Amino acid sequence: MVFEKVVEILRNYKEEPELEVTLTSSFEKLELDSLDTVELVMEIEEAFDTNIDMDGSLETIGDVVTLIEKAIA
Amino acid sequence: MIKTPLCDLLNIEYPILQGGMAWISDAELAAAVSNAGGLGIISSMNADEAWLRLEIKKAKRLTSKPFGVNVMLMNPHVDKIAQVLIEEEVPVITTGAGNPGKFLKLWINAGIKVIPVVPSCGLARFSERSGATAVIAEGGESGGHVGELSTLPLIPQVCDAISIPVIAAGGIGDGRGIAASLMLGAIGVQLGTRFLVAHETNIHEDYKNKIIKAKDIDTTLSGRSLGHPVRALKTPFTRNFIKIENDPSTPKETLETYGRGALRIAAQDGDTINGCFMAGQISGLIKEKESVQTIILNLISETQKALCGGMQWIK
Repeated sequence: MVFEKVVEILRNYKEEPELEVTLTSSFEKLELDSLDTVELVMEIEEAFDTNIDMDGSLETIGDVVTLIEKAIA
Repeated sequence: MIKTPLCDLLNIEYPILQGGMAWISDAELAAAVSNAGGLGIISSMNADEAWLRLEIKKAKRLTSKPFGVNVMLMNPHVDKIAQVLIEEEVPVITTGAGNPGKFLKLWINAGIKVIPVVPSCGLARFSERSGATAVIAEGGESGGHVGELSTLPLIPQVCDAISIPVIAAGGIGDGRGIAASLMLGAIGVQLGTRFLVAHETNIHEDYKNKIIKAKDIDTTLSGRSLGHPVRALKTPFTRNFIKIENDPSTPKETLETYGRGALRIAAQDGDTINGCFMAGQISGLIKEKESVQTIILNLISETQKALCGGMQWIK
């Protein structure tokens, strides 16, 4: 499942194993600035061995999950 | 003579770019820099496509050398601007304030060299992956909107993270800074503040005088709470801004509104009460108003001296 894997990467990235994450969690709420977001999305891409389109605005974890699911479909 | 691979890549004589500064970097300054052997860059700031087309045409009349345009990706006219740059066959585009992904392929396919300004390794890697020609890694010593990292740690880390060329920016004001940048692995530099005081720069004389008068401690950061900190000279405007910013009862919107248009007011009117005089930490080093050509020739001879001088330490 993409979402679970994304949550695991996010928790590792923030070094917060108990971090609560839902599909609607925004990067802002997760205290990730735009530079963190780029780093994180690239880590997620590497984990799924795919590239996603970062052209549009990524605001939530759900946005990333949707794009990853589309990319690996 | 200083020559790096950037000279052949951009078809320029010296590996020096002039930063695209909003309300400052116009056709006249860009053409002067290109005529002097560097790469002049017009800032398209928040302007519309008609203004930019006129400015590009003006630069073409003033120089036969290559010049670039800086695109502020948050510009509401950015889609049309992207097209004008292709139609006018602008050879180099630098980008800031956003992700150029949407336009990168379009410009690269049109034969344009695209060089995003990046504040971190992540964005440098992302730019490389997206097909950028090179990156400008800019440290937080620079004027205007800045990132967290300083130039000294940023440049070698970015150089290690990517295999496309790196141009250093932020805190570079003379040949010593250029020599240091080359030692860190960059193959060129971008300077903004040094060109602010050039004779060819069309800003209020008081702006130039303030740079000349500035000491090392005379710039400050404001707007950190808005997520986009700005470095500018300390003036009544910045002091007041910081005071309002530090007041927890100030709504974000009030702060945004307060800063709006402040750079234009500084550049055009020289108004220290309402204007924001964006400038880098290197302002204190700049002591003379000179022509662009003198600035560039001095930079090159200083660089040569610094690089040769370093040899003395090898025993």
